Amino acid sequence: MNTALELKNVSKSFGLVKANKNINLAVEAGSIHGIIGENGAGKSTLMNIIYGMHRADSGEIHFGGQKVDVRSSADAIEHGIGMVHQHFMLVPTFTVLENVMLGTEGGLMLRDGRGAALERLLHLSETYNLQVDPHALVSDLNVGQRQRVEIIKALKGGAKVLILDEPTGVLTPQEADQLFEILKVLRDDGVSVLLITHKLSEIMDITDTVSIMRQGEMVGHRKTSETSPQELAELMVGREVLLEVDRKPAKPAEVRFSAKNLGYTNAQGVVELEDINFEVRSGEILGVAGVSGNGQTQLMETLAGMRHLTSGSLNILGTEVTAADQTDPRIIRDLGVGHIPEDRHTHGLVLNFEARENMILGFQDTELAGSGKLFDYKTIQQNCEDKMAHYDVRPPNPRLNAKNFSGGNQQKIVIAREFSANPGVLLVGQPTRGVDVGAIEFIHKQLLELRDAGCAILLVSVELDEIMSLSDRIMVLCGGQNVGIIDSADADRQTLGLMMAGQRQEAAA
Amino acid sequence: MADFLYQLLLSLDATLRIATPLMLCAMAGIFSERSGIVDISLEGKLLSGAFVAATIAALTGSAWLGLGCAMLAGIFMSLIHGFACITHRGDQVVSGVAINILASGLTIVLGIALFKRGGQTPSLPREDRFTPIEWWGVDMMDSVPVLGTIYRQLISGHNMLVYVALLAVPLTALILYRSRFGLRLRAVGEVPEAVDSAGISVTWLRYRALIVGGALCGIAGAYLSIAQGGNFVREMSAGKGYIALAAVIFGNWKPLSAFMACLMFGFLEAATTRLEGVALPLIGEVPTQLMLAMPYVLTVLLLAGFIGKPRPPAAIGRPYHK
Repeated sequence: MNTALELKNVSKSFGLVKANKNINLAVEAGSIHGIIGENGAGKSTLMNIIYGMHRADSGEIHFGGQKVDVRSSADAIEHGIGMVHQHFMLVPTFTVLENVMLGTEGGLMLRDGRGAALERLLHLSETYNLQVDPHALVSDLNVGQRQRVEIIKALKGGAKVLILDEPTGVLTPQEADQLFEILKVLRDDGVSVLLITHKLSEIMDITDTVSIMRQGEMVGHRKTSETSPQELAELMVGREVLLEVDRKPAKPAEVRFSAKNLGYTNAQGVVELEDINFEVRSGEILGVAGVSGNGQTQLMETLAGMRHLTSGSLNILGTEVTAADQTDPRIIRDLGVGHIPEDRHTHGLVLNFEARENMILGFQDTELAGSGKLFDYKTIQQNCEDKMAHYDVRPPNPRLNAKNFSGGNQQKIVIAREFSANPGVLLVGQPTRGVDVGAIEFIHKQLLELRDAGCAILLVSVELDEIMSLSDRIMVLCGGQNVGIIDSADADRQTLGLMMAGQRQEAAA
Repeated sequence: MADFLYQLLLSLDATLRIATPLMLCAMAGIFSERSGIVDISLEGKLLSGAFVAATIAALTGSAWLGLGCAMLAGIFMSLIHGFACITHRGDQVVSGVAINILASGLTIVLGIALFKRGGQTPSLPREDRFTPIEWWGVDMMDSVPVLGTIYRQLISGHNMLVYVALLAVPLTALILYRSRFGLRLRAVGEVPEAVDSAGISVTWLRYRALIVGGALCGIAGAYLSIAQGGNFVREMSAGKGYIALAAVIFGNWKPLSAFMACLMFGFLEAATTRLEGVALPLIGEVPTQLMLAMPYVLTVLLLAGFIGKPRPPAAIGRPYHK
């Protein structure tokens, strides 16, 4: 075996936190090697050490069999390492070419190196099917195109090892597939690809070998062909994990929430939702599927009162809401609707507030904040402590700012707040986006418990697996229209895929 | 008509003289702000430069030595700023204000200690200052109507530092947009992470930007005390550093636009002096105080939104953490 990159006993601490403990890793040349682990397992730190953004406290790094000292990114680049960071390292006001040139300008004046850089860019773009206009401003590119620029940047110096940190988090499924095709071509060209992810399906689909990290330690190395998602998940979390949700049959009762000919036209006059009809009964989950950007966000925000519907009507627990009503989230909430917003950072939490304050957002006028005119912090603290214990928020520290929790625990704070108000109707948007496997399992279980307690739940998610495993019925949106509602028992990927592409389903519901 | 033209020429000539330190400071501001460092300390660097230039020139009798030391003083102040807010990631506005206060106090204390003239430095004889340069053929051109006057008044007859300031503008633009240093500088002010991941030191890059800015402020200071004036007077920078910073913002952090803003400020001030005590048609005599307040009133009005939305460098004011 020809080893491209080898780590021996690499350790790194930040203050008291041991981010990496005695990590050993060997990556074969010309292979795709996955590194999987939950958020906070130390994957990104390890990659930043390899790429020279951080320095290891101890341990050795070997490239092509030789021990090297990587003191900065410049050293790493020189040794043939390229990295595509989780958050893109692109200057939006620069053109693609300028971004690619940065760091390797090829002379004191830009003129000196521009021609050669352009040639190299076009060559890479051609070889690996990385289509992008060299003279376009990065700010005008979509996410998929920006990632291509990042890959070109990483490859420009002839990288032998390419690191990708959570590359598919921001991509549509189609863009992710394109990316994987590119990675396969790179592998066949002899490049070693290190793919960092927390998505099991990606590891199974594309990697040759995989290493698993948990809490700063390397807990296992496997050949992908000889492992299973189940085994990987257990290694990641450190205990048995239920990947398949155990869903008892629903016992739907009365209709709690319904929409009739619902429409939404935005301020620019663009019709974003048209003629949406559905009803959600007590004790069932209605999933909303669709390719990202087909009206899901608008639907959620309209239902939650963040936007005003422009035609049709809603019936919320017996109250009729029409376009003439000036609703707002407060009114909708008072009707008994809970809302877990799609984007928890902008709509679900105030990141610079403490957890205990976030725990009463939207309920600040209730007894959760104390009975007097002023906040009673004793009550607020107690409320937060109770909910953190019940929903397993870690660390259970009510005084910590929301931004300092991991994605999964932030989501648990939102869920704890909304669930414990015991809503009659619950709107859930992307409940597990950016959330690790252990927390996903927990959130799914909580959702089903709430359903069984009689709540009417509307679930929007871009993860088709999530929709299929949780929903009792599935509504598919395409271009802001309801393509159809089918029973989840009748739903398979192919049917849903066709519906998401706009093909009407005549059967069912 | 000829008289009007002559008056206009004199005003433009004064504009140029007033705008010179603004231009140098504005270019300094562009360097540091484009690298992501808020530079409210232009004022303090300008003042330090002015003091050191006058002091050294008075002690050694060499204007050139004064200029060199003024540049070093500007750089020194920049390094303090850099040490506080690049190395130690302190707040850039606080550090900048501290430098302004430091400069304001230190120049007076040192001035009194050295020369015992209440904070002033001794008047320099003409030969120890940067004096106006008569261009070749001024007398010959005099015989040409209009052009001759323009040549004599506007183009020729300034001291060397005015021409340095005029050169600094295209040079800044050239460096910023056409050079490797400029590309990296603009990048570090927008997305320092991208610069770091490209293997370039964010710290060193920002220090270099501050050093260039400090040197430019030093030149501007020398202009005040040993070119335009003949000695240092306490607080002689009189807010010019702030006006230059405003020009940077008006100019949307672009050298040529900032240059135009400097000229506008210069012209306003020149017009103020010209119009003092002159009765204007329709309006009558404008109170001097009102005229003097004009640049500041205009600054407030323009900054309040009459210039469209400024687009500052994205990473400005944000210390870089790995």
